[in-house]
Amino acid sequence: MKYFALLWANLKRKKIRTTLTIGSFLIALMLFGVLAAVHAAFYQGIEVAGADRLVVINRVSLIQPLPLSYRERLLQLPGVKEVTHASWFGGVYQDERNFFPQFAIETESYRRMFPEFAISDGQWKAFEGDLQGCVVGAATARRYGFKPGDRIPIKGTIFQGMWEFNVRAIYTGTRQGDDETQFWFHKKYLEENGPDFFKGLVGWYTVRVGNPDQAGAVGKAIDARFANSSNETKTEPERAFAAAFVKQMGNIELLLLTIGGVVFFTLLLVTGNTMATSVRERTAELAVLKTVGYSDRFVLGLVLAESLLIALQGGLLGVLAAVGIAPGLSQAMPGMTFYLPTSSLVLGVVLTVLVGLAAGLVPAWSAMRLRVVDALRRV
Amino acid sequence: MVRVDGTSNGSLIQVRKLDKRYQRGSEEIHVLQGLNLDVEAGDFVAFMGPSGSGKTTLLNLLGGLDVPSAGTITVAGDEISALSAQKLTAWRARHVGFIFQMYNLIPVLTAFQNVELPLLLTKLSRAERRRHVETVLELVGLADRMQHYPRQLSGGQEQRVAIARAIVADPTFLLADEPTGDLDRRSADEIMELIDRLVNEHNKTVLMVTHDPRAAERAHAVLHLDKGVLIEAA
Repeated sequence: MKYFALLWANLKRKKIRTTLTIGSFLIALMLFGVLAAVHAAFYQGIEVAGADRLVVINRVSLIQPLPLSYRERLLQLPGVKEVTHASWFGGVYQDERNFFPQFAIETESYRRMFPEFAISDGQWKAFEGDLQGCVVGAATARRYGFKPGDRIPIKGTIFQGMWEFNVRAIYTGTRQGDDETQFWFHKKYLEENGPDFFKGLVGWYTVRVGNPDQAGAVGKAIDARFANSSNETKTEPERAFAAAFVKQMGNIELLLLTIGGVVFFTLLLVTGNTMATSVRERTAELAVLKTVGYSDRFVLGLVLAESLLIALQGGLLGVLAAVGIAPGLSQAMPGMTFYLPTSSLVLGVVLTVLVGLAAGLVPAWSAMRLRVVDALRRV
Repeated sequence: MVRVDGTSNGSLIQVRKLDKRYQRGSEEIHVLQGLNLDVEAGDFVAFMGPSGSGKTTLLNLLGGLDVPSAGTITVAGDEISALSAQKLTAWRARHVGFIFQMYNLIPVLTAFQNVELPLLLTKLSRAERRRHVETVLELVGLADRMQHYPRQLSGGQEQRVAIARAIVADPTFLLADEPTGDLDRRSADEIMELIDRLVNEHNKTVLMVTHDPRAAERAHAVLHLDKGVLIEAA
């Protein structure tokens, strides 16, 4: 601590340069944080997917439905504990830009299948008791100001016509990354009021297995059960299903890694150059420090610590800025939940430390090797 | 008593057959040639000589900033020419106070912080360091300039801060390289009076390189360095 004054004074030496370098760390880490939030938004379904859940879809494609009758047959298979289903509604609330996913669900089993979505018993009961009732995710409810008792008109696109719903419950995610944008309503409501082409059909099934280690075997058994039928199935673990869904949008992970990599490499060059300039300018001072008895290792540590301090100031501010920006992204891009996972926060700080140290290493090394006699001769 | 014949025993600083050679391209420059020197505690020695005669090289060797090509330097019983670079650094912190022509203060530190620098390497507490720094800044007449930065001080005042930094850890001896070289006459006289006081009232040992005969006058002994050899002035 007693050397902090020296460290701090060196950083204040060229205030504009230090501020700009801190600023580049801030921008880079903010970008990193935003990219991490984008990554989390796309991959959150994968991250939070249940290890004991399988998704059963039509082998032809996700948009091809499956018979409602499969429910009982699925339940009879060994290893299957619970089955529920959902169907994509694809309606529009007021304006096409107001996107949030709507699912017609099987009321009885859906809540048990997805316990990560918390709903009060009272509200759930109210939902169950109202055929036109719906459950709205907290993020969507916040965005449109929905509250229990509200009546919401939704214009059907697949299922033509204006559909009226009563908000009966608001659910919240119990884990970071849980999707709070969904809208659920009774499949029975769709069945009774929807077109004939979808009667007796569902979008997909979600199956809970008794033993997650047996999930693969159960999945194979399901597909075998419906093989050679008019609606063959494709069963995947929920995680793989979510991953495949994201993959449809392109290799987002590679894109994010590429952008992040370029940003950090540039940052390394910028900071390295700043530190090298700073050390060059202070050759005589570093020589004086060595003259009065400061060791080569101390000088090495001093320059590294300066680089690290610059990096940490900018990095932490950048990460904080990203944390602040993420909710704004959620507002700007409806239907997605942006947040900065704790693991990304930690990774951001670790990267900051690494870039700070790497950028300071070469200048610090040259400062350490500086010969006092040569340096003083140059004064 | 300062001697250059290498016959004295038990002096504070003992230099024997000191050689320093540099290689510049294919040419070998023999800066110091078999130099002997004995300096007693409390002595004040001035080294004079033309530019390039090796005065600063000698000072660097005595201060452990450079290593001899041959010969030995012994200070208070420690043969510093045999110490490793790491040990030499620690030795410098304990035994040598440096005063430079260009003061060489750290511009972003206050006078107090500049003087405190050598003490940060000791185990003194913060309060003890403060007491030491205040004492030496008072001694050099800058008690009222402690929180000033070098840019807020005159050249003479900067050199006083540099002297305070050199003496704050109570080193065995002081090395001064042209301490008045960058000062006007009046400031130069004030600095020399201060060095005089350090020698006469505080019994400091001072070895000084200078071109200034008026500064050299104050020394107990003036040694001329010419072509790598020390000669005692008449």
